[in-house]
Amino acid sequence: MDEHEHPHVATVGSYVVIFLILVALTVLTVFTALSPLGHWHAPVALGIAVVKATLVFLFFMHLLHSPKLTWLVAGGTFVWLGIMFALTLADYWSRGIVGRYQ
Amino acid sequence: MSTVAYSPPKAEPIPVAGDYGPETRVDYINCAWGVRSWLLTVDHKRIALLYLFAITAMFFLGGAFAVLIRIELLTPKSDLFEPDTYNRMFTMHGIVMTFFFLIPGVPSVLGNFLLPIMLGAKDLAFPKLNLASWYIYILGCLLTLAGIIWGGIDTGWTFYTPYSTRSAHTSVMPVAVGVLVLGFSSILTALNFIVTTHTMRAPGLTWFKLPLFVWSSYATSLVVMLGTPVITTTLVLVAVERFAGVGIFDPKAGGDPVLFQHLFWFYSHPAVYIMILPAMGVISELVTAFSRKTIFGYQFVAFASMAIAVFGFLVWGHHMFVSGQSPYASTIFSLISYVVAIPSAVKVFNWTATLYKGSISWATPMLYAIGFIGLFTIGGLTGLVLASPPVDVHVTDTYFVVAHFHYVMVGGTIMAYMGGLHYWWPKMTGRMYPEGWAKAAALLVFFGFNLTFFPQFLVGYAGMNRRYASYVDEFQVLNVLSTAGASILGFGFLLPFGYFGWSLRYAKAAGPNPWGATGLEWTTESPPPPHNFEVTPTVTLPPYEYATHN
Amino acid sequence: MATVPLAHHFRTPAQQHHAALLGMWMFLITEVLLFGAVFLGYVVYRANPALHGGFVAASEHLGQSVFGFEHVPFLGAFNTVILLGSSFTMALAVRAAQVGNQSSLVRNLGLTMILGTIFLGIKAYEYHHDWDIGLIPGFKFDKAAWAGTGVDARHVELFFVFYFVLTGLHAIHMFIGMGLLGVLWVRSRMGRFGREYYTPIELAGLYWHFVDVVWIFLYPLLYLIRH
Repeated sequence: MDEHEHPHVATVGSYVVIFLILVALTVLTVFTALSPLGHWHAPVALGIAVVKATLVFLFFMHLLHSPKLTWLVAGGTFVWLGIMFALTLADYWSRGIVGRYQ
Repeated sequence: MSTVAYSPPKAEPIPVAGDYGPETRVDYINCAWGVRSWLLTVDHKRIALLYLFAITAMFFLGGAFAVLIRIELLTPKSDLFEPDTYNRMFTMHGIVMTFFFLIPGVPSVLGNFLLPIMLGAKDLAFPKLNLASWYIYILGCLLTLAGIIWGGIDTGWTFYTPYSTRSAHTSVMPVAVGVLVLGFSSILTALNFIVTTHTMRAPGLTWFKLPLFVWSSYATSLVVMLGTPVITTTLVLVAVERFAGVGIFDPKAGGDPVLFQHLFWFYSHPAVYIMILPAMGVISELVTAFSRKTIFGYQFVAFASMAIAVFGFLVWGHHMFVSGQSPYASTIFSLISYVVAIPSAVKVFNWTATLYKGSISWATPMLYAIGFIGLFTIGGLTGLVLASPPVDVHVTDTYFVVAHFHYVMVGGTIMAYMGGLHYWWPKMTGRMYPEGWAKAAALLVFFGFNLTFFPQFLVGYAGMNRRYASYVDEFQVLNVLSTAGASILGFGFLLPFGYFGWSLRYAKAAGPNPWGATGLEWTTESPPPPHNFEVTPTVTLPPYEYATHN
Repeated sequence: MATVPLAHHFRTPAQQHHAALLGMWMFLITEVLLFGAVFLGYVVYRANPALHGGFVAASEHLGQSVFGFEHVPFLGAFNTVILLGSSFTMALAVRAAQVGNQSSLVRNLGLTMILGTIFLGIKAYEYHHDWDIGLIPGFKFDKAAWAGTGVDARHVELFFVFYFVLTGLHAIHMFIGMGLLGVLWVRSRMGRFGREYYTPIELAGLYWHFVDVVWIFLYPLLYLIRH
């Protein structure tokens, strides 16, 4: 029972802080959605979502104190998601460039 | 819940027919009797056998459709079936063979049986999930069979929209849901393999002492985990579109059918590697065992599996050169497709180098292995031809493509599956198969296969389209040759069915290591005891140490 | 004190714990790609200029006027906070198990389930509202309401297909999570978990937090399109 016997136990206070930051970011994302940001709406909203998700992963899901393998699993997943998005969107975004010969 | 102290089930000594010797040994087959002991088992070896039965049944079902297709194509006119019926035949052949045989085949049967033993473990990490995966597989089979019986399905195995959402009046829903359900079965098996490989290796069994079959099963499992959820989602969207009558992939409603193809091939191209990677692992085991040499370039072969798993995800667009995909994207997908050939070639070169100056023996598994290397090379090289957009546009949807993927799938995966089944049959059952019959079957399969599919390269390049019940008269000679080959091939696949059954009762006992091979699975009894090893093994040697072994 | 149930094929409880955690993380991989594929479809259409007007108009319908907030996606925001709160109590439940605080474990699991129920209740209210005003694609979709607005009703319908597939998948995951928590709540009251053994609590926690993460992306993508 080596590593299992002494898990890293975070303080209640740290969870409260993370929760409050998450709520604040939620308010912020509503606020930015109602602001005149033009083309920056989607990037800002997604940026805030990424920050929130990262906080949940690192602290609520204990990734911060997890073995390297868990980091690899979590990171690899998002790399794969990135591959799926990047190569599919590469098709859609390069369709207009090719000209009108079709 | 059991507690820390574990006591093995007490088995009454039961007399067993045959020549097991004077005292009866308790193994995983005779440790418990009755239907319940099989249907509720959590032993990975018994689950492997359950899979073997189910998958063999599906293989012969898919084969039956193939027979009907080849009979129809004997003549240029569509005289046996209406074109509509023919559409159902090739669709159901493709769906049954791809999703119900090729994808689960090697991992669920050979992988389930061997992976824990090769790791020196008592079982997979989650035995109950393993049993659940079999039941989910059966549920998927039943749904699909229901669809096949109630009108069949004629969309092609790819479920392309709008065939699958609008125009098909066949049983798309039960089959699509069946395939969707099947995905969960693959995922559970893959999850089990990955966790087991990480956490349950025997003492001393470091990553670079793992057998290459384990490496390739691990790589395959990664592909399953990362790809299968996407086909689940895709089929959910198809089901929603069909069920609710909305236009997710319908241009009229603002949808995009090409998006379906992206999502579909994001899974289904890697699925090709789900089929071939475990087969490559089998071949690495066979080639070393029958040339009595260590594998040439162990680390290269191991990393080639991982490289194939990664690059396999970057090339799906080469199925979509004629779909309206942007030519820039096609160029990228084409270039990466050439890259993925490199790790596959590394494997072929390393197997060949392993054979060099080996003391080769021509047992049946080796015949299949050599057949694999040749046929896979042809299948792979024609794949490179097809990865080039100008050529691909010319031969898209012709029999050239059909021949190409059958060389990889049948010439590759099924050859390895049969080779592996013969190689580990003594381990699984404790009995040798009859060598003479098996060699005859292997040769029949090899020649029958080539006679079936080589003419299809020619007829496809000459312009014969796939998925048509009729063709122009000029193509008849090659089609007759192909059908003749298919009947030889079918006979070659039926033979093992007979002699494997015969061997269970009449063949001589195999003993723990009939091939004199290395690997943990050959250190335990045949068939293995209920928990694989009497004592947990400790590994000190690298794999394939035939030099010290001999 | 809780005893550690060790399955026969593991050598040590630590090995068993490690395997279970890795298994859950591997399972979450499949969940990321399951939702990711629907997200991809949504993003492809959202980025299509031809569909843009329909998607924006549709999304504004999610900001229902409640408590006088006109065009403010209030319910979505409120639900986001509820779900974040349930993640918070779940994290506290895992912590309580880690330190062996029995009453805190039971209390926090209960709170998590209550917050989950509130979330699903509000979701049900939203769905009900969508049904009332005819926004259910394929079954009760009021195409006529969009005539003369300059917006193609079929594009609005397409948005709502994605809305219901995404939030529906999410809700199914919530239901599964609630079921798991219910079982764990009962078992915690029976004193099955403690410092020595709390793997199931930890696994349920990972799952619950992941479902939360999915919603963190769903909320801005679906509710907050204003441009």
